[in-house]
Amino acid sequence: MALTEQEILAGLGKIINEITGIPADEVTPEKSFVDDLDIDSLSMVEIAVAAQDEFGVEIPDDQLKHLKTVKDVISFIQA
Amino acid sequence: MSKDRVRVVVTGLGATTPLGGDVASTWSALLEGRSGIRTLTEDWVDTVPVKFAGVAAVDPGEVLPRPEARRLDRAEQFALIAARQAWQDAGAPEVDGDRLGVVVGSGIGGIGTILSAYDLYREKGWNRLSPFTVPMLMPNGSAGWISIELGAKAGAHATVSACATGAESIGYGIDMIRSGRADMVVAGGTEAAIHGLNVASFAAARAMSTRNDEPERASRPFDKGRDGFVLGEGAGIVVLESEEHALARGARIYAVAAGAGYTSDAYHITGLDPDGKGGQEAMLRALRNADLAPSDVVHVNAHATSTPLGDEIEARAIKEAIGGHAIVTATKSMTGHLLGGAGGIESIFTILALHERIVPAIANLDDPADGIEVDLVRGEPRKLEGDQLAAINNSFGFGGHNVAVAFTTV
Repeated sequence: MALTEQEILAGLGKIINEITGIPADEVTPEKSFVDDLDIDSLSMVEIAVAAQDEFGVEIPDDQLKHLKTVKDVISFIQA
Repeated sequence: MSKDRVRVVVTGLGATTPLGGDVASTWSALLEGRSGIRTLTEDWVDTVPVKFAGVAAVDPGEVLPRPEARRLDRAEQFALIAARQAWQDAGAPEVDGDRLGVVVGSGIGGIGTILSAYDLYREKGWNRLSPFTVPMLMPNGSAGWISIELGAKAGAHATVSACATGAESIGYGIDMIRSGRADMVVAGGTEAAIHGLNVASFAAARAMSTRNDEPERASRPFDKGRDGFVLGEGAGIVVLESEEHALARGARIYAVAAGAGYTSDAYHITGLDPDGKGGQEAMLRALRNADLAPSDVVHVNAHATSTPLGDEIEARAIKEAIGGHAIVTATKSMTGHLLGGAGGIESIFTILALHERIVPAIANLDDPADGIEVDLVRGEPRKLEGDQLAAINNSFGFGGHNVAVAFTTV
């Protein structure tokens, strides 16, 4: 059963809060990880690892670097 | 002390131990004679012959925010907590980072991370590992994180000498300041090794107490009934500073970090040389390094881990090097043995004994071993009399490392 955008967003918010301390409600689709959320590349790896466990979707490194916004990750997971 | 040598003083103390989450709670528990040792409830306890330890009184997860804690090995968590306390205690001064150093080591390093990361790697593959796995398992991780936290750029070092680590770090810190490399150094040791593998390994070396029915009474240095050491965890970190720097900023000074002495037994990889010469000579070298005489030393915080052989060898070494007048305590009777953290917390206890002029009593010392000719503190804490006092902290480690650090009143 495919997850809705809202469900994935909520899951990502939880993961990002756990890893970075950023409040989950600040994790909104249009936010850029680097420019808006100030998340560095190693934290992005942590988020990707956690997202793989949470959503069962592998995010290869060569894909990860193209995921610039929260919406990009949601779309990747839905695809 | 030679007039041209920089005097190094202690201006900050930080610790998290089985007795308390900070220095004040740990020190008051020591003076009350409380034990920090308890029965373990972990699953692996059934697989090892030792079922108790000195678990940190305050879990670091309660102190550190989750995003920070998850990037740190437990040993690094303890170290960072203790370093922050010590720095705050020193007044959190604005200093030139190029003149601030760090020397914080661990006996074993990030063993909890190594073991859990290995399980994760075997079960789920390399790409499930945290990108922070390497900085979590490396034994210099604590020194690195503390240097980042404080902006310390004069060098971040990690000594590794098993149970002498914390004391060696403080000695190295004294040298950094004396040699002109730094004005201030954050120095000490940390350990988080309460895990089945470590307990099994130390038990395999027949080094641990198996008094499972009375964990609080298991660590009993110098007592006839002692049967091995009791594992503890935590960190002890001090702020060292040149006296000139400390006076210029009006810092509170606990004690003078007067000097350190080192020897290596070159005898056995885990056992002390029965002649005790290594420990003796380390104490004498610390005194020479501090320009002190044995008669100046009123108090020794012994390494005394509660092993049958080690305690007696050390007692004789203290008698030979310092004399029978030394008031000797063994605080591992209450904290357990923090391995790499031991020299850190026990240096703090030595400093506080001088600063507050009181020495905690040795717990569980019901029946002192025969032939001990030093003044063991039994029953109640002992007051220290006099104006100018010196004291020594001994720390000896597997590998044959002997370290003695000498402190004096200001």
